[in-house]
Amino acid sequence: MTDSLQASAGASVDPAYDLGEDRPWEDPAPSRGLLEVFRRRYLLKLLVRREISARYSGSFLGLIWSYINPLSQFFIYFAIIGVIFQLHDSIPNFPIHIFSAIIIVHFFTETFNAGTRSIVRNKAIVKKMAVPAEMFPVASMLVSLYHVFPQLVILLVAVLFMGWTPTLSGVLAVAIALTIIMTLGTAMALFFSAANVLFRDFASFVNILTNFVRFGVPMIYSYTMVGDRFGRFADYYVLNPIADAVMLMQHAFWIGTLTEAELNFDDKGQAVDRLPDHLFTLGFTMIGVSLLILVLAQYVFSKLEKQIPERI
Amino acid sequence: MAESIRVENVTKEFTLRYHRTFKQVTVALARGRQISDTFPAVDDVSFTVSQGESIGLMGLNGSGKSTLLKMINGVMRPDHGTVRTRGRIAGLIATGAGFHPQLSGKENIMLNAAILGMSENEIARKYDDIVDFAEIPTKFLQTEVGHYSSGQSARLGFAVAIHVDSEIFLADEVLAVGDKPFKKKCLERMEQVRDSGRTLFYVSHAGGSVKRMCNRVLILEQGRLIFDGDVKEGIKVLKYDDERPEDEEHFDSDEELGADI
Repeated sequence: MTDSLQASAGASVDPAYDLGEDRPWEDPAPSRGLLEVFRRRYLLKLLVRREISARYSGSFLGLIWSYINPLSQFFIYFAIIGVIFQLHDSIPNFPIHIFSAIIIVHFFTETFNAGTRSIVRNKAIVKKMAVPAEMFPVASMLVSLYHVFPQLVILLVAVLFMGWTPTLSGVLAVAIALTIIMTLGTAMALFFSAANVLFRDFASFVNILTNFVRFGVPMIYSYTMVGDRFGRFADYYVLNPIADAVMLMQHAFWIGTLTEAELNFDDKGQAVDRLPDHLFTLGFTMIGVSLLILVLAQYVFSKLEKQIPERI
Repeated sequence: MAESIRVENVTKEFTLRYHRTFKQVTVALARGRQISDTFPAVDDVSFTVSQGESIGLMGLNGSGKSTLLKMINGVMRPDHGTVRTRGRIAGLIATGAGFHPQLSGKENIMLNAAILGMSENEIARKYDDIVDFAEIPTKFLQTEVGHYSSGQSARLGFAVAIHVDSEIFLADEVLAVGDKPFKKKCLERMEQVRDSGRTLFYVSHAGGSVKRMCNRVLILEQGRLIFDGDVKEGIKVLKYDDERPEDEEHFDSDEELGADI
């Protein structure tokens, strides 16, 4: 059947395609937002794969670069904060404390930074083709998520050497932590990617914001210190969803490497709370909060979306 | 025949920004100068198209053809009025726009096809046809598209776009790339599309090919629809009727692309 058609132009009008006479009327530019991204997940998969393979194409070390960045950060903090400021003494197993935090912080900042630039970077597509623009920030988040797993493996190997055993609550904590960052990261990327189309200033602004993220979480200092210095204001500190995600990771990996004595008493023998009470309640609440922010970001995005193809 | 495209009172305004930086805006405000201005790229345009019609969209540069096409395609949304379509839309617009120079030909075919709305199965089914149509040698398919000649990558883009099944087929810049044999193949393919009962929307400056392809002409002038009707009359309105029947002679300069191996 195809042969006769192919003879004329070397390609056929697919005979299997049923020309619909009674298709419904549709808006050619539907605004279904993130739902549309989910509906076209095959395209999303290809975009994510493209990012992963294109990011380091032509480089010799390739994917290894994804680990050099967090590892170098780790060694900088380890050397400066741990050795020079001597936090090794007051925070037991300080490297694990830092590294479990770095994974979360790196995941968030990568999502936020790359996501913010994602639409502008895919200018050629956005300008000319009917693709839901939400696709690109979401793809950025998934690419960053992909890079989280090998880092988790490094961390796992390290804690296993230190006599850590996996627990169910640890697995749950990691799941909650990642969910918070995935949701919050997508929300921030969504909002700022659209804003960045209107004014490129936002990408620079986001750079500054990510600096705050690094120091707003208990990474190079411990939660105990926050309580010591700020007293009752520490209650506000835990309202930061990223800080909660970090502490959930520390609950999963760091706490399990501490001895009974280290867990409850500091180096001077004083009783301490290493992490806030009700960490899981906080975690679940923050998932809710992040979802709310995501809905809000989607709302703003839909308002700005119309301007994207012409302003980009 | 059932209706296929309905455009009602569609207006699209573009904003001209004279001053973009903080410094420029402050200075302009202080001197009481205008910061931005708008102009209608498409101005109160209405028409309906029946399934199976082939429409030639004509007009001078800057008359709003591409903007109108982008609104039918769903890339842009109108400021006022509505655009409604029935069935899938595909076509030769911005072919190869999603190509990533660092990905191989094969990866780019898959990505581009997915961007144009093909499903995983569809791509698997048509992959060989696409490669055949593009006439890219098999060993090149594993090579990065960045290393392709401009003609090769243009052909690849065309081949993908032309294989998307749809009720509505939009064609812009069709004759702008490719060597003569390839262009001929594209035109034949478009005739096939037209004859198969799909709605064809064809943007061109070439009166000859519009005459050959279309049975109705729309003409835009400064965003307004000034003519809607018979092809010959439309071409007279545009004063394009004194031109040669085919304008393919201009494009022979890149003939080497056809024999790239």
